[in-house]
Amino acid sequence: MAAPRVVQTVTTWLDERVNLAEIREFVRHKVVPVHKHTVWYYFGGMTLFLFGIQVCTGILLLLYYRPSAEEAYESVQFIVTEVQFGWLIRSIHSWSANLMMATLMIHLFSVYFTQAYRKPRELTWVTGMILFGIALFFGFSGYLLPWNTLAYFATKVGTDVAGQVPVVGTLITQILRGGEDVTGATLSRFYGIHVAILPLLTTGILGLHLFLVQKQGMSVPLELEHGGRHPEAMPFFPDFFLRDLVGWLSALAVLAALAAYFPWELGVKADPFAPAPAGIRPEWYFMYMFQTLKYLPAKIGPLDGEMVGILGFNLGGLFLLLVPFLDLKAARGEENPLFFWIGVGIVAYIVVLSALGYLAPGGN
Amino acid sequence: MPRRWRPLPISLLAVPFLFLADQVEAQKLPEENSCLQCHQGLGDPRVMSPAEKFPQDIHGSKGIFCQDCHGGDPASLDPQQAMSRAKKFVGKPRHQAIPALCGKCHSDADYMKRFNPTLRVDQVQEYLTSVHGKRLKQGDQKAATCISCHDVHRIRAIKDQQAWTYPVKVVDTCGRCHGDPKYMAGYKIPTDVVAKYKQSVHYEALTKKGDLSAPTCNVCHGNHGATPPGVGSVANVCGTCHSVPAEFFAKSPHQQAFASMGLAPCVTCHSNHDVVKTGDEMVGTTDKAVCVTCHQADSGGFRQAAAMRASLDGLRESLTRATAVLDQAEHAGMEISQARFELRGASDALLKARAAIHLADAAAIQKLTEEGKQITAVAHAKGLKALEDLLFRHRGLWVSVGIIVLVIVGLVLKIREIDQRRHQERAADRRST
Repeated sequence: MAAPRVVQTVTTWLDERVNLAEIREFVRHKVVPVHKHTVWYYFGGMTLFLFGIQVCTGILLLLYYRPSAEEAYESVQFIVTEVQFGWLIRSIHSWSANLMMATLMIHLFSVYFTQAYRKPRELTWVTGMILFGIALFFGFSGYLLPWNTLAYFATKVGTDVAGQVPVVGTLITQILRGGEDVTGATLSRFYGIHVAILPLLTTGILGLHLFLVQKQGMSVPLELEHGGRHPEAMPFFPDFFLRDLVGWLSALAVLAALAAYFPWELGVKADPFAPAPAGIRPEWYFMYMFQTLKYLPAKIGPLDGEMVGILGFNLGGLFLLLVPFLDLKAARGEENPLFFWIGVGIVAYIVVLSALGYLAPGGN
Repeated sequence: MPRRWRPLPISLLAVPFLFLADQVEAQKLPEENSCLQCHQGLGDPRVMSPAEKFPQDIHGSKGIFCQDCHGGDPASLDPQQAMSRAKKFVGKPRHQAIPALCGKCHSDADYMKRFNPTLRVDQVQEYLTSVHGKRLKQGDQKAATCISCHDVHRIRAIKDQQAWTYPVKVVDTCGRCHGDPKYMAGYKIPTDVVAKYKQSVHYEALTKKGDLSAPTCNVCHGNHGATPPGVGSVANVCGTCHSVPAEFFAKSPHQQAFASMGLAPCVTCHSNHDVVKTGDEMVGTTDKAVCVTCHQADSGGFRQAAAMRASLDGLRESLTRATAVLDQAEHAGMEISQARFELRGASDALLKARAAIHLADAAAIQKLTEEGKQITAVAHAKGLKALEDLLFRHRGLWVSVGIIVLVIVGLVLKIREIDQRRHQERAADRRST
């Protein structure tokens, strides 16, 4: 079926100026390997789709949100009660953030377990890890913005924990808070970080990440590479793209259902002078760290227990960041059971500690 | 000429008001105090008791010892010398002399300023106006004096939780006499007041809720000037805390009516010692209502009572309805905090109407409750709107999901078609090769 005349005119106009043929050629030749692990390829696209939703809903929220301790809570209240479909936008923004963190973690560990970080995709992995760190910071900074009691005290605890980082901890806490305590100054800088600094960083690093993925194509599991078999492949467009679209639309339906049946709570406005309420807890993706710090004793040797915990998480993060350079076997194209079991340990740790955070007595 | 300090016979008896310290812990006493040394070793509990109790007494912590009340010479180990008249030893003061003995210091503003410049010094003067003081003057040896309420030799500051005068302990302090029928025989006053008070809302607030401002005996009767409030002053006594109802009552037709019948305000409806928690059922024409005690059926007052009750019930029920709708919306996840905040205005209106019952003016009550009802109507409407929105969301969701599912089905069919085409292309390729 021929494209409508307007489309043809616009395409010709663009073609004369930016040579669309090259792009068309690239899309025509882009393929996705087909094997038993192909399903994991969808999670990168799903994360990107949810990020797109974050950007769109975030921009809409910006139109009404007022970033000050006096007005933040009331402005979110106005959004969810008075603004037409404001409740939907706010709920989708919050739920989508959580789904995005889930798909991002699945994407991260699927790449880890298929050792897709190995040469020549080290940079793709490193940029992905940086994007993961940015996403965590997105979540942390966004959590405070409604300025409700739970967010306020969770931020207080979170920035206190950041203060445990050896040597520079106090400085980090002061920079994050904009002073000694969590105040309106913290809110305005978290807002700035959330809507300007992090999106700017994300744009650059995500661009590089996607460029590398396009440049190098999809990684194939080692077992297939070793077998010398050339795996089957499907054209990215339209075969893979249409499947992606099915996933995205399903995610959209889930988001709509969550927003309609479980609207994201606004809670009670933060009162810095009130005592901390019971049940303060971070978002689920920080829960394993929070729970670990609760279990640590006050002192481990000469060091504070919390400091040791934070040091451990930093080292864990550094390990993951540098894994393509540490896993020398994978770099040579060999399977590495050690790194596989380390990965299993990390996932098990995160799952168990997070579950304990919600289920253990006093955990919730 | 500055007054020269002489040892005063004080401490044996009690000091009416002791604001000197928060709490007196067992203190270090002078080692060479012969009074304490001898009394501790005499073997007779009656004479040993002062020495055993005194380490917890606030006076010792301020440098005031036995000789300051009893005279004598604590430096001498010879009992004849230590308790000689020459050394101004007075022994155990007479019961009637106790207020004056305590007052020698506690009524002396210059002296008391050394310890605390804000201390009152009129306690003895006030005591003399009390029933206790008057009876003592008449020679009643059972009349309470300073030590009856403040203890003796172990006098504590009133802020000390172990003091007999600490708010939660006052009722038992007064009850030692006023709750003892044998002791009070002959005075012709009831001795069930302590038991009754312990059933009251005031006692509950004081002991269970820990509200130390809740009234106990001395708050209504006075402490040093303790007297039963007369019929004419009851409203003023209750009004010191319940000022709004007292003000309304003063403007009501009941003020004049009660006075002419010799009925005390407040307590006629609420009782005195066993004041229980009030409720709307106290108003109206049912059996539980206090109005029907005086107002007979079909009288003007009876109709007013019925109308007042109807107004209260109307507002309370509309408040309950509005709250229920908001609760339902909130449980469904809707944001209704603003409506809930506004609904507080209706709760306030109900509170005001309940206080205004003391005006005994049905029209005034109706005006107040109508204001409250307007607020509940707005909140109720907001709750219903939230529930409607919720329904709209759910319907909208299913419409959206339906559209999405249709698109997904279309996409899946398209994917199948493409897959089949690819399969056929590959089969054709294989055949051609």
